[in-house]
Amino acid sequence: MKKQLFKDPMNVIITGVGGQGNVLASRVLAGMLVSAGYVVTIGETFGMSQRGGSVMSHLRISRESVMSPQIPQGRADIIVGLEPAEALRVLTRYGNPGVVALINSRVVCPIGVITGELSYPPLAVIESTFKKLTAQSWMIDATSTAVELGNPILSNIVMIGALEKTELLSISRRAFEKEIAKDMTADKYEINLRAFDAGASMIGNIVD
Amino acid sequence: MSKLLSPTGTPVLFMGNEAIARGAIEAGLNVAAGYPGTPSSEIIESLAGVDRERKLYVEWSVNEKVALEVAAAASFAGLRSMCVMKQNGVNVASDFLLHLTASGTRGGLVLVTCEDPGALSSVNEGESRYFARMLEIPLLEPSSFQEAKDLTKWAFELSEAIGNVVMLRSVTRISHASGNVICGKLPAKSRKAQFDYDGPVMDSRTGPMISTPVVAKHALHQKKLKDVEALFEKSPFNRYEGPAKPQLLIITSSVCFLYAEEAIRMLSLQKRVGILKLSCTWPLPQKLLKKCLRLTDKILIVEEVLPFLEENVKVLAEGMFKQIGGKTFYGKMDNTLPAVGELNPDLVAAALAKIMKVKYKLLPVAYTQELQKAATLIPVREMTFCPGCPHRASFWNIHNALQLDGREGFVCGDIGCYAMAALSPATGYHTVPTLHSMGSGTGLASGFAKLDVFGMDKPVLAVCGDSTFYHAVIPALINAQHNRADITFIVLDNSGTAMTGFQPHPGLTVSAMRESVPAVDIAGICKAIGANVAISDPFNLEGTCKILNSFVSDKGSLNVLIMRQICALSPERKGKKIFDVKVNETLCLGDSCGCNRLCTRIFRCPALTWDRTKKKAVVDEVICAGCGVCYSICPQKAITKTEANG
Repeated sequence: MKKQLFKDPMNVIITGVGGQGNVLASRVLAGMLVSAGYVVTIGETFGMSQRGGSVMSHLRISRESVMSPQIPQGRADIIVGLEPAEALRVLTRYGNPGVVALINSRVVCPIGVITGELSYPPLAVIESTFKKLTAQSWMIDATSTAVELGNPILSNIVMIGALEKTELLSISRRAFEKEIAKDMTADKYEINLRAFDAGASMIGNIVD
Repeated sequence: MSKLLSPTGTPVLFMGNEAIARGAIEAGLNVAAGYPGTPSSEIIESLAGVDRERKLYVEWSVNEKVALEVAAAASFAGLRSMCVMKQNGVNVASDFLLHLTASGTRGGLVLVTCEDPGALSSVNEGESRYFARMLEIPLLEPSSFQEAKDLTKWAFELSEAIGNVVMLRSVTRISHASGNVICGKLPAKSRKAQFDYDGPVMDSRTGPMISTPVVAKHALHQKKLKDVEALFEKSPFNRYEGPAKPQLLIITSSVCFLYAEEAIRMLSLQKRVGILKLSCTWPLPQKLLKKCLRLTDKILIVEEVLPFLEENVKVLAEGMFKQIGGKTFYGKMDNTLPAVGELNPDLVAAALAKIMKVKYKLLPVAYTQELQKAATLIPVREMTFCPGCPHRASFWNIHNALQLDGREGFVCGDIGCYAMAALSPATGYHTVPTLHSMGSGTGLASGFAKLDVFGMDKPVLAVCGDSTFYHAVIPALINAQHNRADITFIVLDNSGTAMTGFQPHPGLTVSAMRESVPAVDIAGICKAIGANVAISDPFNLEGTCKILNSFVSDKGSLNVLIMRQICALSPERKGKKIFDVKVNETLCLGDSCGCNRLCTRIFRCPALTWDRTKKKAVVDEVICAGCGVCYSICPQKAITKTEANG
């Protein structure tokens, strides 16, 4: 049975740096929503555009129809940021006063910052900007949780677990289990479930 | 079971490329061949994943021209075949394509080109639709994921009905986007291959497959294209949506249809603007166009890259002037829409708002100002080689050898991840000033090396990747040897077609269908051409630099250095580190070291960062791939490496 969408379409943007598992996160999320009966359109780019650069997946969730794979400016409903500066980059282009954001606090330095030509905004500034310009936001250290679980690449799944707990989308742990069971081996399935649960446990205490 | 073989009737989330692959399987595909290129690669990959279940022959060919030849052979033998490439691949295949469209085909043959408006993963904004017009073949452009599947299936029937190639053009935002698709039936039977050629020369079913007699066959070819136009008039893939009397008619194709729909909704213009969505774009269905052009006087044409539809619609409208009257056209040619780059709903909405004189509801001004203020805080994220990428070490070696030589030598670049050395010059340590098509680096180097008689005495180098070597470099290398062009040619061999997702190539012992196949040896080919050949590991800076120095200073011969090191992202490496790398904080002198921060300012590995508080280098262990190259570059030996055990 389909839960009500807050609006139709719901526009979700998952963003991060190439190599953080952006594409997998969007596929898993979309897979759960298609199984729940929604029409989902994902827009993303990969190939040369991913090498160490900014990456974005646009998800449009509708009861009825296929949508443009690019979300119009100012029209995101949910931003999932696997990297703080990338989350902010997406907010400045797709943000609006009603947007909700979930951000991983682990920084991946752009080359210009490493060389000293550019500076990276302090995390506290990023966090306060989100507080000010979104309806609600959470910042969690998903990468540290993933490292504790044994592999930083699990950060994306920690974030999906956290997203489920926010109850912004009609997804559930059960749906996640079913989705990853489709093509993950038993050991991968187990560790991904643990990452999902760890993410979910990070939301709740931090709500505004 | 593979998702590609999902049962009939259930909605599946397919990437556009998977939808195209499924459509081909539903059409009873037998043979598929292609060359990897973003955004096309997943079509061949997903077909190769179901080769046994569907009794397919699938191959990664050496290049796009050979891929089309392989697909054509299957067609001549009565099988259904598909050939897949990215936009510039059509240029590579085009000489054979010209002759193939002249001889005609038998079993359905669909040429799929996945194009990249905005060059998101390309070094060109190539446009293949003009090939369809120039070579007089049908052109189909899917506008959604469902249609990508359905049109592909129909393309095979169409190809068989007219005995010629059908071109299906997708774009990044269809190919790499995903959406719900409802699958159709999978055919039970496979075809048997039989090639007849004893019949009369003009009999396309039994005669020889040749393009002569040219004029007579050309006339037949054109007659068939007229039949296609009649089919397109009735095709459900072309349709008008909107009010009976629109104030503006949008004519569009491909993903631009979704942008146009969204833009109309954004501006609430549903009652004033209609859309003619064309998925069959060459030859254009004239009667349908006439009917729709009559609806209104203002026409906006929405399409990406060149104004193909716009030009062709205008020519037809001119011919219908007496029946439809004068029209005002908006599009790329009058700059209502940008002439270059990819489109999106915002750009289409801006064009619509201008023509319809409506305002787009914007965000509160104060909020927008806050967003703009926040935007100034965000550092640009430049593309770069991944942590642990062998190319970083290779260009470090090349840079050092050229510095030591001191004659301002340079490198002609080529297509692959290593193109980054040219696209972001500091990433290649400013050694690579040219970048064009696959194999062109070596051809250019061959030419530059002959300019010494005109006073240009510099060492000339060329680089190419392992897959690129087979694709188009070999003729250029032969040219260099035969014409005594003394170049240093470097193969950046990372054991796979890394940029597009590790597809196998002729240098490996595994095929697309996971069968064991003979590898073709790069060193052996170079030796047979007559070059001096050496092999080194680019992570071994000292050894590699020594060979490079001797090659660069050597005049009078063709020298080839194969720098061999597996890609850091390769599935074989499984994300395992070779070394645990750390910075010894006591040894790192930071700003006071005379190295001027060589490691973080010049070497530019994303995993080797600078701690601004401690003013020392630090390894980001989360992203470090453990290649250990930075250990070798630190003059202070402050970076340590120990064998990793995981």
